[in-house]
Amino acid sequence: MPEPYLRIRNVSKRFGDFTALRDVNLDIGKGEFVCFLGPSGCGKTTLLRAIAGLDIQSEGMIEQAGRDISALPPSERDFGIVFQSYALFPNLTVADNVGYGLVGKGMPRADIRKKVAGLLAQVNLPDQGAKYPAKLSGGQQQRVALARALATEPGLLLLDEPLSALDAKVRIQLRGQLKDLQRDLGITTIMVTHDQEEALGLADRIVVMSQGRVEQVGSPVEIYTSPASVFVADFIGAMNFVPARVAGPGMIEIGSARFAAETAHINGDGRALAAIRPEDIKVQGVAPGDANALEVTIDAEEFCGSYMRATVIDAALGEARLKADLSMNLVRGMALTKGSRLPVALPPERLRVYPPLS
Amino acid sequence: MATAADPAAPGAVASATEDNRPIRPRASRDEIAQRGVIGVLVLYLVLALVLPIGMVFSKALQQYAFTPDQITIAFGRGGAFEAPRSLQSWIDETGYVVNDGLRASERTRVQIVRIIPRPARAGVEAYRVTDASSAGGQLLLGQEFSAPGQTIEVPAADLGRIQVRPQMSYGLGNFGYYFSQKSLSDSIRNSFVIAAIVVAINVPLAFGFAYALTRTRIRHKEWFRLISTVPILVPSLLPAIGLVYLFGNQGILTPLLFGASIYGPIGIVMASVFFTFPHAVIIMTIALGGADQRLYEAAEVLGASKRRTFWTVTLPGARYGLISAAFVVFTLVITDFGVPKVIGGDYNMLALDIYKQVIGQQNFQIGAVVSIVLLIPAVIAFTVDRVISRAQTAQFSSKAVPYQPDEDVRRDRWMLGHCIAVSVFILGILFMCQFAALAKFWPYNLTLGFQHYQFNKMDGGGWAAYWNSIRLAFFAATIGAVLVFIGAYLVEKGRGFVAGRIGLQFLAMMPMAIPGMVLGLAYIFFFNDPSNPFNFLYGTMAILVINTIVHLYTVSHITATTALKQLDGEFEAVSMSLKQPFLRTMTRVSAPCCLPAIGEMWMYYFVNAMTTVSAVVFLYSPSTNLASVAVLNMDDAGDIAPAAAMAMMIFYTNAAVRILYGLFSRNVLGSLQAWRAR
Ligand SMILES: Nc1ncnc2c1ncn2[C@@H]1O[C@H](COP(=O)(O)OP(=O)(O)O)[C@@H](O)[C@H]1O
Ligand SMILES: [Mg+2]
Repeated sequence: MPEPYLRIRNVSKRFGDFTALRDVNLDIGKGEFVCFLGPSGCGKTTLLRAIAGLDIQSEGMIEQAGRDISALPPSERDFGIVFQSYALFPNLTVADNVGYGLVGKGMPRADIRKKVAGLLAQVNLPDQGAKYPAKLSGGQQQRVALARALATEPGLLLLDEPLSALDAKVRIQLRGQLKDLQRDLGITTIMVTHDQEEALGLADRIVVMSQGRVEQVGSPVEIYTSPASVFVADFIGAMNFVPARVAGPGMIEIGSARFAAETAHINGDGRALAAIRPEDIKVQGVAPGDANALEVTIDAEEFCGSYMRATVIDAALGEARLKADLSMNLVRGMALTKGSRLPVALPPERLRVYPPLS
Repeated sequence: MATAADPAAPGAVASATEDNRPIRPRASRDEIAQRGVIGVLVLYLVLALVLPIGMVFSKALQQYAFTPDQITIAFGRGGAFEAPRSLQSWIDETGYVVNDGLRASERTRVQIVRIIPRPARAGVEAYRVTDASSAGGQLLLGQEFSAPGQTIEVPAADLGRIQVRPQMSYGLGNFGYYFSQKSLSDSIRNSFVIAAIVVAINVPLAFGFAYALTRTRIRHKEWFRLISTVPILVPSLLPAIGLVYLFGNQGILTPLLFGASIYGPIGIVMASVFFTFPHAVIIMTIALGGADQRLYEAAEVLGASKRRTFWTVTLPGARYGLISAAFVVFTLVITDFGVPKVIGGDYNMLALDIYKQVIGQQNFQIGAVVSIVLLIPAVIAFTVDRVISRAQTAQFSSKAVPYQPDEDVRRDRWMLGHCIAVSVFILGILFMCQFAALAKFWPYNLTLGFQHYQFNKMDGGGWAAYWNSIRLAFFAATIGAVLVFIGAYLVEKGRGFVAGRIGLQFLAMMPMAIPGMVLGLAYIFFFNDPSNPFNFLYGTMAILVINTIVHLYTVSHITATTALKQLDGEFEAVSMSLKQPFLRTMTRVSAPCCLPAIGEMWMYYFVNAMTTVSAVVFLYSPSTNLASVAVLNMDDAGDIAPAAAMAMMIFYTNAAVRILYGLFSRNVLGSLQAWRAR
């Protein structure tokens, strides 16, 4: 890995007795789009504000482009920021907002005007410069805030839930524009969000956080397919969790049924938590000899449009109830309803085992 | 394939232990500048508020007593001095009563010649008077005080020039004296009784008025609202003068009193109701205006009667307003001295006592004691008000559905009657003052003319006093609004320096708890001290401006803070990320967004600087006489018609400034605020 652009080491932040960040370590490469993802109150904004220097961490180091910025005030750091509220100056026109950071730097007026026009074009708001923010829609305001943050050509773009105040439709549209713009500019970007879809769709890498800690860092695919902890597994996507026992190396027991799975990392008395996503349960073309195959009964169905989410049980599984996604084709073809029997398999590479919850 | 077995989360960086040190944030140049400005404002409030108030406490504890046993006197006869005798032994021998038995104060002096009887002094050629005290300064020869143990030798003829002055010590003696003097401590009871009566009258009166403005469908609400605020525009002296003309010895309505005198409690109560009324109405209009329509709909659905709804929904909803109004009115009455001065007769009130002790008797120590007595209810009322206003802010939800009064002709008729009655009272007093100011010779010659406006022919400062007042009001308003806004901005939006910002916030809230009389007295103690390097300010316009800005600081500060709180909290963060100094953000964004509030602060300063008497009455000099003080002094001198004329000048000035401001804010501010339109 080349020298990271942003290095975060052992960063902790306390508000009085409350610890909002615990020992956060993170590297971000130049040009990367990173999302901080986690439930509300987990410390995402706190970490973002520490990086910006707005609320400096209690302990730890932050280095940007090889420079230790840990103790520097925001004005001596190099970043642009967009807040959830956008914080547009209501009494200044759109053009004055965008050009706010360009004034007082010895830049001729004409150049500022040209640059502002260019930025507005870049965010698809040409000819809106003379309006006041109150006259713009939420999505337009968001783009003005973005243009203002980019005007000073910062090395790092920080976005705190920039899309969450918008309607669903506008949000998805702006998501695409944001990604394109970031790619075109190649600017290192950190976006805070609690919306996993947004993070999965936008980020090069996702930092999943919980209770002030980094739970996992990885690409969207990694995070989705190999959640490092029960928390991540639970927070992102749908997941079946069932109590299990380690029955031997590479072998677990759910109820009385045995399944092959990676178990090397489970120590202790053998109690464990098995996890598999509903869409990972194999339901089509299961041959009796397949690994981890068994026959189950459909106990309940939930229609989800393009597929059916069925709750399946079997005497061999004991109390465990699993949700499995059945394509509508399959449901119709096999005339599956409540009470139907059907062979399924829990592919060993999809079946994950976690230490039990204490 | 990465599995959940990985010891650390994949991609996370192994912790590097060498960086586990606490961070000390470095301040930017901008933050250092902010600290500087906060420091200047804190220094200003310390010098112009904290230290002077501290002096009041120290003065109150300074007690003076003569110690004649520490002074000896030796007679020189025939070229030799006899054995010295103590002054005390002379007093014992002659039975001389020092200072006529009155309590010694800072300024009391006793002449030795009066203690030693003339026959005993026969044949004496010279005297040696010795100050044997360890502190010294007991003897006064010309302008010089004696040093400890110093002996002063004078020829016989000059004994009359030697004065003895009392020695100062710290203790609670002044308080003991104060409470032992019935005429003084009676004021406490008087002040409380009067204030309580005014509260009892004014709160229901103002509640009804505010109710009419917010909960009925009466017409011309705007006019009634306007009339109810008129008393804010005049000094509290004005209603007292108006009542003198209405009910005084030669008043037109005097028979209505059935022999009772307006000079005393009745007059004080009536005038106080007048000048505190708008404050109570404003508070209660806010309390009643925030009502939620849904509560009333719920009550109706539940089948509650109108009366029951009033007692279970309306009153509880307005409870904070009621309590707050009660305390505000109480404090205003108890700290006002203009009303009892004009119409109190010999009914003593606390605030007036301060004035009498200081201006009349030059007894600063007792003035300080009364100040502290007055400070106690003021501080309590202030504390209650702050607690309540916090509770009230929490009570209002922004989601409330505004109340829509239903149709009720009978209610509206009663409420209209109430509004008309109150308006007649307010306008009647105002009209009476104006009429008296124009009448040639009340009540004998009622031809109208302007001769009472020839202020230059009376004592009190003449027209110059009027122009001084305008200058004071303008400077206090302009400098005050800017200063207070900058302070509030740094408290609300500043970065770092938490201690300084909390300190400034605390100091900014203090003035509201300090009655004007106390502040004025504090200024005498502090600035009139020749050893104070700021002594040169005494008697200048500058000290009046400084005093007025501090006196009215709190309300302006709250106005500014409230407006600033409504701005997006991230403006400053964005500015810092764009590397713009706070000064630019403040002047370019925050101040323009708060322009209506800044205008309100300016108006508040201007109007109150025009009407206030309490603080400035101790601070004006012949060259800085003020209109409000001129009203007081002309009334005192018996020139009541000119006093009324000057009081009305203050009213017209304030009304005109208000109207001009209204036009200005509609036209100029309106165009500057175009960005608010959606
Ligand atoms: N200035 C502050 N003072 C005290 N607690 C704070 C402050 N800022 C944030 N917190 C607390 O820190 C935790 C993390 O907050 P935040 O970083 O804003 O969460 P989020 O992940 O939703 O952005 C929350 O529990 C919040 O209450
Ligand atoms: Mg947040």
